Amino acid sequence: MSAKVIVLTSGKGGVGKTTSAAAIAAGLALRGHRTVVIDFDVGLRNLDLVMGCERRVVFDFINVINGDAKLNQALIKDRRNDNLFIFPTSQTRDKEALKRDGVERVLDELRTSFDYIICDSPAGIEHGAITALYFADTAIIVTNPEVSSVRDSDRIIGILASKSRRAEKNMDPVEVHLLLTRYAPGRVEKGEMLTIEDVKEILSIPMVGVVPESESVLRASNTGTPVVFDEGSPAGQAYLDAVARLLGEERELRFLKPGRRSLFRSLFGRA
Amino acid sequence: MRLLDFLFPERRNSAAIARDRLKIVLAHERASRDAPDFLPDLQKDLLDVVGRYIEIRDDMLRVNLARSGETSLLEINVELDGAAIKPVKNGGGKTRPAPAAIVVAKPDPGSHPPWVKPG
Repeated sequence: MSAKVIVLTSGKGGVGKTTSAAAIAAGLALRGHRTVVIDFDVGLRNLDLVMGCERRVVFDFINVINGDAKLNQALIKDRRNDNLFIFPTSQTRDKEALKRDGVERVLDELRTSFDYIICDSPAGIEHGAITALYFADTAIIVTNPEVSSVRDSDRIIGILASKSRRAEKNMDPVEVHLLLTRYAPGRVEKGEMLTIEDVKEILSIPMVGVVPESESVLRASNTGTPVVFDEGSPAGQAYLDAVARLLGEERELRFLKPGRRSLFRSLFGRA
Repeated sequence: MRLLDFLFPERRNSAAIARDRLKIVLAHERASRDAPDFLPDLQKDLLDVVGRYIEIRDDMLRVNLARSGETSLLEINVELDGAAIKPVKNGGGKTRPAPAAIVVAKPDPGSHPPWVKPG
């Protein structure tokens, strides 16, 4: 089977890779695709918390690579959606434990039973990040409209073009998409934040989604729920749009105007 | 708001400054990313050689490879502003007289040579 490996990467930390990986994996599962989301951030496991399955982790990625556990012992089935599985990483401090041939073996095994393999990359351009992006068929560059994030994204795009498996083996290049997160339309309007067009022009890669800064994102991670499960959340809707675009559908960008909240909603409603 | 903006023109908005700074820094980084690996070594060797004759700091010598279509151009800029001439050590102890005048070519950081496409 030809499962697609989608890597979420950014270079810079704290831009929303794990939030986005959880949301996109859950969104693909909601669309009926069998999806597994893998945490590549060895030593700094967090996907389990964001997905709300931290108390169900028994075996992890490194256990499976080392042959200490079977794949189906380590995969955690999501309780909200039957198509969704979480593959937690290890808390070991040995970063080199993520061996490339081991990762390849595990990914090949996952390919036989999943449609989409979502890889949540660690920040930086060290071993873990390079290992994650190496196997990408598609890469989603998570970027905030902010100078250091845009610069690091540019660096990662360069690394994808030269160091990925597809580049090394002269295959079709990795399909690269831009996902702009923490976008604050009000600040853009005031000239305090880079616009969508600015970031698109500077990085010159196609935009797969723009996720507005939203209170619902913190609320989702507080409760361990991917934000797409919160139906009233603009961020959740924006992620579902991004998933639709990944699946080849045309969707207009939404939530690009500053929200005008009614008095009633400010008092009783949720963001 | 517009009237207020007109009456009290503020500094240029910060997003525009961010965009312009990013464009400039990324243009430089993309150019050096594609540079061959030997450039840092070449720069070090050149510093050694030039340093035998003139006292220069590391940041006064820059090596750059510019590409435009089919043409590649290796560009070496040595800044001599304020550099002191050393007595030559490898000429059998003889001190060569300093040249009458050194033409100081000061690179203007804002301008690009014609073969480099800015941005």
